[in-house]
Amino acid sequence: MIVGTKLLAAAAALAALTLTSAAQAAGAIGGDVTKQPVNMMAILMFLVFVAGTLGITYWAAKRTKSRQDFYAAGGGITGFQNGLAIAGDYMSAAAFLGLSGMVFAKGVDGVFYTVGWTVGWPLILFLIAERLRNLGRYTFADVASYRLQQKPIRSLAATGALSVVIFYLIAQMVGAGKLIQILFGLDYMYAVILVGVLMMLYVTFGGMIATTWVQIIKACLLLSGATVLVILSLAYFDFDFGRLMSEAVANSKAGVAILQPSSSIADPLAAISLSLALMCGPAGLPHILMRFFTVPDAQAARKSVFYATGFIGYFFILSVTMGFAAITIVGTNPQFLDSAGKLLGGGNMAAIHLSKAVGGDIFLGFISAVAFATILAVVSGLALAGASAVSHDLYANVFKKGKTNEREEILVSRIATLSLGVIAILLGIVFENQNIAFMVVLAFGLAASVNFPVLLLSIFWSKLTTRGAFIGGFLGLIAAIAFVVLGPTVWVQVLGFATPIFPYEHYALFSMAIAFGSIWFFSITDRSARAEIDRANYRHQFIRSETGLGAEGAAAH
Amino acid sequence: MEEAYNKIASSAQFNELVRKRNRFAFTLSAIVLIVYYVFVLFAATQGDGFATPVADGSKVVIGLLIGWGIQIFSFLMTGVYVNRANGEFDAMTKAAVREAGL
Repeated sequence: MIVGTKLLAAAAALAALTLTSAAQAAGAIGGDVTKQPVNMMAILMFLVFVAGTLGITYWAAKRTKSRQDFYAAGGGITGFQNGLAIAGDYMSAAAFLGLSGMVFAKGVDGVFYTVGWTVGWPLILFLIAERLRNLGRYTFADVASYRLQQKPIRSLAATGALSVVIFYLIAQMVGAGKLIQILFGLDYMYAVILVGVLMMLYVTFGGMIATTWVQIIKACLLLSGATVLVILSLAYFDFDFGRLMSEAVANSKAGVAILQPSSSIADPLAAISLSLALMCGPAGLPHILMRFFTVPDAQAARKSVFYATGFIGYFFILSVTMGFAAITIVGTNPQFLDSAGKLLGGGNMAAIHLSKAVGGDIFLGFISAVAFATILAVVSGLALAGASAVSHDLYANVFKKGKTNEREEILVSRIATLSLGVIAILLGIVFENQNIAFMVVLAFGLAASVNFPVLLLSIFWSKLTTRGAFIGGFLGLIAAIAFVVLGPTVWVQVLGFATPIFPYEHYALFSMAIAFGSIWFFSITDRSARAEIDRANYRHQFIRSETGLGAEGAAAH
Repeated sequence: MEEAYNKIASSAQFNELVRKRNRFAFTLSAIVLIVYYVFVLFAATQGDGFATPVADGSKVVIGLLIGWGIQIFSFLMTGVYVNRANGEFDAMTKAAVREAGL
C-alpha cells in the first residue's frame, strides 16, 4: 500500500509536469492503486539484475590489475561481445523509451531519427574504427594527440569528453529518477542515489571489465524484451502489420499526419542540420569510442561494428513498431491515460504501458527492470569514460606529463569515478524539476562539433596542426553551447523568452562548420616550429593507422 | 622501429594496400552518404511522397519502408566491408609487413 501511495504521488507529480493540472491527474489515477503487486515483480527482477551484476563486479575486480584492465578490459573482449556492448551503450533509455514515445506522438519522425542514428555506423566502420584501434590505447584523446602536442590537445579532448559525459549523465540521472519513481514507487532522491551508488560500485571496483559485462547482459535483456514486446503487440493485430498501421492512423490524435515528417523536419536546412548531429554525434561519444580499445586488434574492431550495426538497426525497427502499436493498444485504453487523454507518467511511458497491456504485470515488471538496467549500464559507461579523461588525459599526460605509474593512474581514475558519481547525484537532484531535454541535444551536439572534427581530421588530414585543432575544437565547443543557449531549446523553452536569438533548434550544421572551418584556417596559417613537427609526424601516424604496426596489444610485434 | 616504418612506407605492397582499401572505404562511404541524403531531402521536401501508401487503402507508407530499408542496407554494407577487410586486406597487410622484414 505504501508503494502504491508513493506511486500515486510520483505519477501525479509527473503528470503535473506534463502541464495537466495536478488535481485532475490525481483524480484520473484514482483507480490505479492496484499497481502495487506489479511493483513487487519489477523490484524482484531488478534485485536479481543488481545481484547478478554485483557478482560480475566482484569477479571483474579480481581480474582488474593493470591500467590496461581498468580502462580497456585487458583488450580481451571479442568482436561479437564488443558489438553487443557498443549496441548496449547506444540503446539508452532515451532511445528505448524516448523513441517509442516520439513515434507514439509524432509517427514517422521517429523513423527519420533512427535512420540517422544507424547510418553513422557504417561510416564509423569505413573511416574510423580500425584506425582508432591502431592508434589509441585507452581514450580517443590518445588518437587525437598522437602526433600533436600532448598538453593542449589532451586538455581539449578531455574538456570535450567531460562536457559530453556530464550533460549526458545529468539527463540520464533525471530520467532514471523519474522512471524509478513511477515504476518502483521509490522517492526521486533515493532513486538517483541508488543509481549513482551502483554505478560507482561497478566502475570503481570492476573497471571496464565489469562495465562491459553489465552492458552486454543489459543489451541481451533489452533485445529479447523488446522482441517479445513486439511479437505480443503484433499478435494483438493478428500479425497483420498493415492493420497495425491502419488502426494507428485511425486512433492517433494526429490522424494521417503521423505518416508524414512533421514541420521540424520539413525544412531542408533544419533536416540536414539534424541529420549531421544524428550521424556524426555517435562518432564523438567518448564512452562509445572507448569500446574500440577493449578488443585485441583491428579485425575485432571491425567485427564489433558489424554486429553493433545489426543489433542497433534491429532494435530501432522494434522501437518504432512499438510506438505505432502503442497508439492503438495504449492510446485507446483509459487505464493508461489521464483525464486529459495524455499518457500517464508522460510521453516516454508508451513502451512501458504497452508491456503491461500486452503482457500483464509480470512482463511489465520485466520491462521495467530492463529499463532500469539500461540506465544503470549507460551511466556506468559514461562514468568510466569521464574518469579516464580525468585520470589518463588530464592527470597522467597533462599534469604529470606522462611520468606516472599504473597504480597512481588507476587510483586517480577511481577517485574521479567517485567524484563523478557524487556530482551526478547532486546535479540529478538539483535538476529534478527542470526541463532537461536540451542536455541530450547538447551532449550529441558537442560530440559532433568538438570530438568528432578533431578526431576525424587528426586521422585523415596531414596538415592539421596543434594550433588549428586546439583553437578550432574550442570554437566548436563555444559555438555548440552558444547555439543551444540562444536557440529555441533554452532561450525560449527554459528561459521563457518569446523568440530565440539563434533561430534553429538543430544547430549541428553551423557549429560543425565553425569547428571544421576554424581548424582548417588556423592549421594552414600556422607557421610555428610545432606545426612543422605536427606535419612531419603524419607519415609515421599514417603507417601505424593503416597497418597496426606498433599498435597496443598487437599480437605479433 | 623508425627503420621499419621507412621500409613499410616504400614497400609496393603497402602502397597497393592503402590505395585499394581507401578506394573501397571511400566508395562505400560515398554510397551510404548519397543514399542517406537522398532520404533526408526526400523526407524534408516531399512529405506527401513520403506518405505514399504501398498499396491502395494501405496505411503502410513508403517513407517508413525506405527508412527501414536503409537501416538494413547499412548493416549489409558493414558486412561487405568487414568481409573484404578481414580477408583480402588483412592478408595484404601481413604480406606488406613481412616483406618489410618485420
